[in-house]
Amino acid sequence: MNIHFERHLNILDFTLSSLLRRKGKNFSLLTMYLLVIFMLASLVFFVTALKREAAILLRDAPDMVVQRLVAGRQDLVPAQYAESIASIRGVNGVRPRLWGYYYDGLNGANYTIVADDYMASSPESAVIGNGLARSRSMVVGDLLPLISYDKAPLMLQIRSILPGESDLMAADLIVITSEDFRTLFKFPAGLATDLAVDVGNPKELATVASKIAQQFPDSRPILKSEILRTYQAIFDWRGGMVVIILASALLSFIIFAWDKATGLSAEERKEIGILKSIGWSTSDVLLLKFWEGVVISLTAFLLGVVLAYGHVFFLSAPIFAQALKGWSVIYPDFRLSPNVDGYQLAVLFFLTVVPYTAATVIPCWRAATTDPDSAMRS
Amino acid sequence: MIELSSVTKTFNSGKPNQFTAVDNVSLTIEPQKVTVLKGPSGSGKTSLLTVIGCMARPTSGRIFLRGIEAALKYQHESDGLVEITSLPESFLNDIRRATFGFIFQQFNLIKGISVLENVMLPAYPSGERRNDIRCRALELLEMFGITRHAGQRVELLSGGEQQRVAIARALINNPSIIIADEPTAHLDSKLSYEFMAIIEKLKNAGKTIIIASHDPIVFDSMLTDMLIEMRDGSIVESRRRS
Repeated sequence: MNIHFERHLNILDFTLSSLLRRKGKNFSLLTMYLLVIFMLASLVFFVTALKREAAILLRDAPDMVVQRLVAGRQDLVPAQYAESIASIRGVNGVRPRLWGYYYDGLNGANYTIVADDYMASSPESAVIGNGLARSRSMVVGDLLPLISYDKAPLMLQIRSILPGESDLMAADLIVITSEDFRTLFKFPAGLATDLAVDVGNPKELATVASKIAQQFPDSRPILKSEILRTYQAIFDWRGGMVVIILASALLSFIIFAWDKATGLSAEERKEIGILKSIGWSTSDVLLLKFWEGVVISLTAFLLGVVLAYGHVFFLSAPIFAQALKGWSVIYPDFRLSPNVDGYQLAVLFFLTVVPYTAATVIPCWRAATTDPDSAMRS
Repeated sequence: MIELSSVTKTFNSGKPNQFTAVDNVSLTIEPQKVTVLKGPSGSGKTSLLTVIGCMARPTSGRIFLRGIEAALKYQHESDGLVEITSLPESFLNDIRRATFGFIFQQFNLIKGISVLENVMLPAYPSGERRNDIRCRALELLEMFGITRHAGQRVELLSGGEQQRVAIARALINNPSIIIADEPTAHLDSKLSYEFMAIIEKLKNAGKTIIIASHDPIVFDSMLTDMLIEMRDGSIVESRRRS
């Protein structure tokens, strides 16, 4: 085998026995390090996976949503807007949508009510989100009572429950027929909440949007990419909030690690002197310290990342879920599909392993460059 | 053969506490012989040893090695004489590792690791296969009768056993020159004689041995071929024993 490789192996071997001699110090350092990596990696995995889930779910969303604004606030859209927009060249189809929010006094939650005559095919029936079914302990066939605007009850029979995979967007969703929707909210006929517009060629989206805005000055066309960006920003912002909370822990760790890594005890200095006196060169000693840093930081990094992976993708991140999924009464409950962003992992690696290793090697430089005869005089 | 020409070693040069430990020493050390540096504490024995063993550079003067295999690749002339004083640290380190084995007064073993690992340590940076180093270390432990302690932590051994570990460690790279600094300072008479018995074995094996000591068991020994007496950094007497 290569002589250089053997040299590294031999020195690495000594590094490991060297680390085992100071079990207490190194184990506490490793534990703290691992915890920090675990928290940060969990956060990175979770936010990335949430953004990816959102992107997947929004893949089937309309290319553009057209809202109407009155005095800067969203207002209902007249149905005739749909006909005019449908006649714009490049528009494949326009669908008026009915949706709104319903406050349930029973459990203090807000539900999202959407009208879809295809999904909820018969009157007084509903398809509900998994989170809602869970919070109200409902199964298919149960009756879900909603109170109409005039306090009259509207009894909806649950036809089906949406799968857990859609929980991120549909945990609190109730899908009913448009007729029931209008009854529930006394929603005026000939008006819609907004319009879903499909455009065949994505390159024409901006042109179509500007034509709509020109034709209907009170309209606000929103592109799918903008909706996606908003979701991404929300998850990034929530991730940022958690990072700020973690910052104090992170800072404490940095101070602790810096102190542990840079402080060279009298015993360690003496050992360096002995190694030099028995034939180790300065570069051999620095290599030993380099491996010490790498063993601690890489072990913490790898273990932390593996634990974070399990925490996020197998246990659905119980530590961060409350803060990152949302602040609703009905928390989405779903298992994120494993997805790791190599770039973010590399950034995490360079922000943790590299500085620690450098902090271990640099202070040894001075001790390693002294004459080996100091060992003979100690 | 080691030749020293007007070697001086000064510490803290240019400072108020400047101190010359070795003062203008010229000396020839014969190969495969036992040379003893004798003298009181502070006479410059240890400083001279460190300079001879390439552990420190002399402040002035030159040191030559003749017929030393590890140094031959650095020779300028074809007579086998290599001037090592001016070699860069990495070259000097190569020569030191392959040529000299050191036995220290305080043993200087690394605590917390096993006896076997302590013996193997000097060979680690050489890039030799770990298994080969291990076999050689076990042979040395056997030679000194401490094989049963191989896996034990070194600090649990007695003084005499620790010294044998230190000697085994000094021999792991099969050096041609053994340097020992006050090797019997922490040993009782019985152990000191045992140490001299080991030195005899090494001498018979063809090693060059340089010992700094003020112990009569060492400098009055029949093994000593050359006795150099030092005082205040200078050689006051040099005696060859027949």
